[in-house]
Amino acid sequence: MTRRFMGPALAVVALLAGLVGGGQAQTASKHLDGARKEGKVVWYTSLVLPSAEKVAKLFEAAYPDVKVEVHRTGSQRILQRVMQEMQANIKNVDVIHTSDAGHYVFLKEKKLLAKYTPVGVDAFPAGFKDKDGYYYGLRATVNAIAYNTKTVSAAEAPKTWKDLLDPKWKGKMVTAHPGYSGVIATHVLALVHLHGWDYFKALAQNKLMIVQSANDPATVVSSGERVVAVNGGDYSAYQLKKKGNPVEIIYPKEGVPLVVSPTAITAWAPHPNAARLFTDFTFTREVQQVMADSEGLYTGHPDVTYPADKPKLNELKLLTVTPEELEKRNEEIKKRFVEFFGA
Amino acid sequence: MDRSIAVWVSAALALVVLIALPLGWLGWLSVSGEHGVTLAHYRDAFADPALQKALWNTIVLAFWVGLVSVAIGAPLAWLTARTDVPARGLIRGLVLASFVTPPFLGAFAWVMLAGPNAGILNTFWRSLTGADTPLLNIFTMPGLIFVVAIYTFPYVYIMVANTLALIASDLEEAAAILGAGRLTVARTVTLPMVLPALASGFILAVLQALALFGSPAILALPAGFHTVTTQIWSLFQFPPKIEQAAAFSVPLLLATALLLDVQKRLLGRRGYAAVGAKGGQRRTIALGPWRWPALAACLVVMSGAIFLPYAMLAKGAFSRAWAQPLSRDNFTLGNFAFTFFEYGSTRAAIVNTLELAVLTACIGAAMVALLSYVTNRRLVVGHQLVAFLVLAPVVVPGVVLAVGLFIAYTRPPFVLYGTLWILFLAYLTKEMPVGYAQADATFRAIPADLEDAGRVLGAGRLRILRDVTAPLAKSGIIAAWCFIFIGVIRELSASILLFTPSTKVMSVVIFDLKEEGQFGAISVLGLVMLALTFATVALVQAALGRDVLGARR
Repeated sequence: MTRRFMGPALAVVALLAGLVGGGQAQTASKHLDGARKEGKVVWYTSLVLPSAEKVAKLFEAAYPDVKVEVHRTGSQRILQRVMQEMQANIKNVDVIHTSDAGHYVFLKEKKLLAKYTPVGVDAFPAGFKDKDGYYYGLRATVNAIAYNTKTVSAAEAPKTWKDLLDPKWKGKMVTAHPGYSGVIATHVLALVHLHGWDYFKALAQNKLMIVQSANDPATVVSSGERVVAVNGGDYSAYQLKKKGNPVEIIYPKEGVPLVVSPTAITAWAPHPNAARLFTDFTFTREVQQVMADSEGLYTGHPDVTYPADKPKLNELKLLTVTPEELEKRNEEIKKRFVEFFGA
Repeated sequence: MDRSIAVWVSAALALVVLIALPLGWLGWLSVSGEHGVTLAHYRDAFADPALQKALWNTIVLAFWVGLVSVAIGAPLAWLTARTDVPARGLIRGLVLASFVTPPFLGAFAWVMLAGPNAGILNTFWRSLTGADTPLLNIFTMPGLIFVVAIYTFPYVYIMVANTLALIASDLEEAAAILGAGRLTVARTVTLPMVLPALASGFILAVLQALALFGSPAILALPAGFHTVTTQIWSLFQFPPKIEQAAAFSVPLLLATALLLDVQKRLLGRRGYAAVGAKGGQRRTIALGPWRWPALAACLVVMSGAIFLPYAMLAKGAFSRAWAQPLSRDNFTLGNFAFTFFEYGSTRAAIVNTLELAVLTACIGAAMVALLSYVTNRRLVVGHQLVAFLVLAPVVVPGVVLAVGLFIAYTRPPFVLYGTLWILFLAYLTKEMPVGYAQADATFRAIPADLEDAGRVLGAGRLRILRDVTAPLAKSGIIAAWCFIFIGVIRELSASILLFTPSTKVMSVVIFDLKEEGQFGAISVLGLVMLALTFATVALVQAALGRDVLGARR
C-alpha cells in the first residue's frame, strides 16, 4: 500500500521543491509543418468548457493555420465516446484529456495511445508522468467543500468531510456524479480510503441533489439552489468566487483528494503532428500559467506561480489514489454511488 | 402492374433500412448470448431492483401525465370550441405554442423557476410570506409530471376540440328541451360523444410521457430517480450494456404498440352518427359572469407552459447570474458572445441541425406525398399495407429506435454511426407517420372527380398531376414539410444515443451544456431553437391559411 502512494507523494514533494527548468513556448516546432498541412487538431476534453475554449483560442492565436476542434464533456462520457468510435472504426479524435487517470491505464493496456513525451515535462513531478511515456498530467485540482456565504456563516459552515453527515444539512447539499466526472470518481475513491463506503451511505441519508459535472456543484451553490457542495473541483468554486458570487471554499483538514488530469495522443490520431504541436503547447509555461492564474488550477510545471488567495498544494493535506486502482474499481465506484444516491 | 412492382420494391427497401433492420437487430441482441439464444438479458434487466424502480417510475409518470393532460386539455378544448370565453384565438395560439415547445427546454426553464431554493417563484414566495419551505419543488415526481403534462395536454386538446367542432348542438338541445339540466346534458349527451376522443387523447399523452427522455433527465436524475428512457441511456455508458438496453427497450415497444391499438379501437368504435355529420349547428354556450374567470383560468395554465418559461429563458440569456434580479450589474450580452463566438460546437451544431432538418423535411415530404397519393388513389395492389407500414414507426419510441439504429449501423454491412446519415434515418423514421397523416388528409380532401375531369378532357396522368393535383395539394404538403422540420430540430431522445462529437445537433449541445451547468448558453440556444420553431409555424399557418391544431396528428 505504501508503495502505491509513493509516486504521487513524491510528486507532491517535487512540486513543492519547485524544480527549475523545462520548456519555454516554442513557436518554432518540428511538428509545425506537418501540423499546418493537417490543418486542425481534434481535442476531446473534460476541462470545463470556457477554460477549454480559452486554451484553444490561445493555441489558434499562436498557430493561426491550425484550428482546434473542442469537444467538451465529462470524463466518463469521453471514454464512452472514444470506445464507441473505436467499435465503429471511426478515427476522429487526436488528443484525449480527462480527469480519470484510470482511463489512461485502460487505454494504454488496449494499445490505444501513442507514445509521446511533450517538450518540457521532464521537469514535472513524477505524479504527473506515466513511467512508460504514454500520458502526462496537464493540470490538477483538488476536491473541496463549497458553501453559499449568503445563507451560511463561516462559523456554521462544515469544516470536515464528516461534518457533512450532520442531519442539519438534509436537503441542502449537492453532489456531482462519478458516472460522469473523473474528478468525482477520484474523489469518491479517495474518501472511501479515508472513511469507507459507510461514509457515502450516511451522506446519502441527507438527500442530496445530484448533478453531473464536477463544475456544477459550485454553480448550484452560487445560485443558492443548495447551500453546500460536498465535492467538485476547487477551481470551479474559485472562478465563481472571483466573479463575485457568494461562494466560499473549505479545504477539509482530513485531506483533499488530488486529481491529476492526464492528456495523451491516440494511436490512430488523424492529425498526429497537430496533436503533438498542440500537446507541447498546452505544457508550455505560458499556458500552464494561464491555467493557474485565471482558471485556478494547479499544474505540474515547476515555474508556475499561483494566485495569492489560493492555498498552495504544500499547504494542503493531499489524498491521492493511483491510476491503477481507479481503473480497477471504476465499476464499483459508479455502482455503489448509484445504489446509495438513487441515480 | 410494373408500376406496382417499382413502388413495392422501393417501399420494401426503405422499410428494411428504416425499421426492420434496427428493430430486428434490437430483438436479436436482446436474446443473443455467447451460446445461442438466451433470456439472460431480460432476467438481468428485470431482476435488477434499480431497473424495476425505473419501470415503475415510468408507469407512474405516464399515467399521471395522461390524467393531468385530460384535466387541462379537455376543459380548454370545450371552452374554446363551445363557449363565448374571450380571446379564443389567443388561447388556441398559446396551446399551439405549448404544442411545439421542445419539452426539455420547458423542463430546463422550470429548474430556474421552481428549483426549491433558488427558483424564482420560490424566492418570491418566501419573500412574500416569510415561509421557510418552498412553494414548489420541481425535482420531484409531481414536479416532473407537471412539467411533462403542460407540454403534452395539447394532444388531448386537439382530439377533443376537433371532435367538439364536429358534434352538432341539436342533440344537446333536444335533451335540454326534454327537461334535462345543463349538467345532465353535459353528463348524458356531450360526454359520451367526446369520450372516445378523451380516451384517445389520454393514450396519446401517455405515449408521449413514456417516450420522453429530456425532461426526466433534467428533473428526475438530480432527484435521484430514473425512468425507463434515462435508464436505457445510462446503460450505454462505458462499459456499455447494449444487450440489457435492448432487453429493456422491448417492453417499452410492446407497451406503445398495445396502447396505440387500444386507441385505434376506441376511435374506430366512434359510431355515433352525430359525430362527423356536417349538418347541424354548433351553438355557442354563453358563460355569462363566468367568462372572465374562465379566461383567467386558461391564462394561468398557459403561463405555466409559455409565459413563465419563456420569460425565464430570456432572463437566463441576458443575465450573469440567473438567480439574481436582472439589474444593471447583472445584465450581460456575454452569454450570446460566448455561445456564438467562443463555443466552437454551437455553429457546427446549428449547421448540422438545419442540414438534417431541411434534408429530412424535403425527402420526408416527397415520400409522404408520393405514398399518400399512391394509397389514396389506390394505385398499387395492397395499398392498405403501404399505409399501415408508413404509420408503423409511431409505435417506436425515440430511444428504442436509437438503440436499434445504433446496433444496426455500428457494424457491417452498413456502418453509418459517426455520420449525419444515422441521424437522418432516425429522424425520417420518427417523423414519417406525422408527415403521412398530414399528406393523407390533404389528398383525401382533393376529390378524384377533378382528376377524372382532366382525364376526360384528354390530359395524361402526369399532366393532371402537374396541373390539377399538385396545385391543390401544395399547401398540405408544405405543412407536412414543416411538421417534419419542427420535429427534427427538437429531437433529443434518439439523437442523444446516435450523435458523435463531430455530428452534434442543437438539442444534444443543450443537453451537454446542461450536464455542465452552463445556464446562460443553454438559455441562448433555447431561444434560437424557439425562434426557428415559431418561424416554421408561421410558415405552416401561411401555407394552410388556418392554424395548425386543426390538423389531426
